[in-house]
Amino acid sequence: MSDLFRRVAIVQLAPRLGDVEHNLKLIEQGVQRARAEKADLVVFPELALTGYFLKDMVSTVAIRKDGPEVAHLAALSRGLELIVGAVEESEDFRFFNSALYFRDGALVHIHRKVYLPTYGLFDEARYLARGDRIRCFPSALGRTAILICEDLWHPSTAYIAALDGAVAIVCPSSSPLRGISDGRDHDDNAAYWELLNAVYAQTFGLFVVYANRVGFEDGVGFWGGSEIVSPTGRRLAKAKYYEEDFLVADLSLKEPRRQRVQAPLLRDENLDLTIRELQRIQQRGEIPEQEKHTATEPEEEDQTHVDTGKR
Amino acid sequence: MSTPGSAERTPAGVSVEQGGGVTPWTCPPIPTNPPLIRRILTAFIANEVRKVGVERVVVGLSGGVDSATSCLLAAEALGPQNVLAIKMPYRTSSPESLAHADLVIARAGIPSLEVDITPQIDAYFARFPDADRVRRGNKMARERMTILYDHSARWHALVLGTSNKTELLLGYGTLHGDMASALNPLGDLYKTQVWALAEHIGVPAEIVRKQPSADLWAGQTDEAELGFGYRDVDRLLYCMVDLRYSRAELLAAGFPESFVRRVSEMVRNSQFKRRLPIIAKVSQRTIDRDFRYARDWGV
Repeated sequence: MSDLFRRVAIVQLAPRLGDVEHNLKLIEQGVQRARAEKADLVVFPELALTGYFLKDMVSTVAIRKDGPEVAHLAALSRGLELIVGAVEESEDFRFFNSALYFRDGALVHIHRKVYLPTYGLFDEARYLARGDRIRCFPSALGRTAILICEDLWHPSTAYIAALDGAVAIVCPSSSPLRGISDGRDHDDNAAYWELLNAVYAQTFGLFVVYANRVGFEDGVGFWGGSEIVSPTGRRLAKAKYYEEDFLVADLSLKEPRRQRVQAPLLRDENLDLTIRELQRIQQRGEIPEQEKHTATEPEEEDQTHVDTGKR
Repeated sequence: MSTPGSAERTPAGVSVEQGGGVTPWTCPPIPTNPPLIRRILTAFIANEVRKVGVERVVVGLSGGVDSATSCLLAAEALGPQNVLAIKMPYRTSSPESLAHADLVIARAGIPSLEVDITPQIDAYFARFPDADRVRRGNKMARERMTILYDHSARWHALVLGTSNKTELLLGYGTLHGDMASALNPLGDLYKTQVWALAEHIGVPAEIVRKQPSADLWAGQTDEAELGFGYRDVDRLLYCMVDLRYSRAELLAAGFPESFVRRVSEMVRNSQFKRRLPIIAKVSQRTIDRDFRYARDWGV
């Protein structure tokens, strides 16, 4: 592989719910395949080691940094980098929905999911503790941030990663299929994710490596469709919907630069303004009654104008 | 006048978007997308059946569109040899129902079995001759359930359900009867969507087009018994349940007030049919309340 390219693999698998031993074997097979394909980095979905709807199983499938599963995964990372989703138990016995990054036989970085969806069919905050940071780390792709599934639905996380210098966002996901529209071969949730990934990649001029799972848990299917999107918004590789798959793509390290020359949005980003405004919003608390208005009121535009004038 | 795509404000202050857009005061068409639903449901059947170490399913085949659709989906997902259709007529069942069941069996190329439930039903009601037709109908539905579960054990198979979302929401089914199954591929599809799917996967046209009936007594039809049509109630349920329209929005969308009230009550009053029996909490960990595991736990 040329110095200017990095080969990334995604293993779109169907973990067996609660069966760490079985899933570890699936991960091992995925790593072997990625190694044979000469990948520099191989990414697995969110909670690949455990499955998703764990409920009361969380405490029994959790792994610790000093545990045998981590040692096993670390050993797999000799010669290629590895990102795997698992339930991670902290030293004070909290359980996190984490993605673990391994390199050269060692656990190097952990991202703990910061936004735990707890609505609709999701119930993560009932069982899991919330992560409290978004940090970039150096990977084969350059400065990289891991954001897990719902994390990426909050634009602030991608924004923070981009300003922290990320040229790649890796997003392990367990995204369920839901919502049907006429006239397309995938569900509404898949369509929304594809929009999101392309917008983030192009807006922030970075790679989005999106690794989703497949299979069913209690009738809930996961849509797969893993993809790698370049900083220009171009889809470099796309996995099948609803079926197991293995994806590989070569990423040109020149791409983030090319996109940012074309559209230097991050250069122009005004961090001071953002922080100042966020602090104002944080300190203001509730929106004052006189500033509230409904969409049906005709003076909507005037109020926006007045508000701008105050700044 | 408004141009396509613009929002027109009516005198009542109700915003109606033109040109395909939708506001909360109109009722959008229910999406059917049969090819996608077919793909999802066949994957669902294959996955949920094989995951528990089983290859086969048994289905009660009535001759109606729901069981016909379940049968064909299962045959596609598991292979025809792995689907056993069981016809369970009673002496008053319509001969047309049996003929239609045979059409499905031929179309799907699946093995089948006929078990006439007349002797066991009549033997029971000989002791309780005053039972009305609802009691008799429920008894037949539950008798059929016991036959399906018996053959599922004999054949090392799971019982495949055939209830759709419309009847589950309305409570228009017999608890522990036709509502009982191990897995139910149609449970999140309105009748309108089942019809579109049925047509797409090749359920014979005479089955798709006929009046739906539980065939529990002569001349029974669902729509006559319910007092409204499936297409109408599906639109209402879709707005009410899937799109979470408020009562005011449902009325603004043109649904009659009495219809909204009646259907709302049917959904609420049948909630018990969609839940497990209630358990008195005594311990620290009560099943399903603070002892929470997926059904797929340990499979």
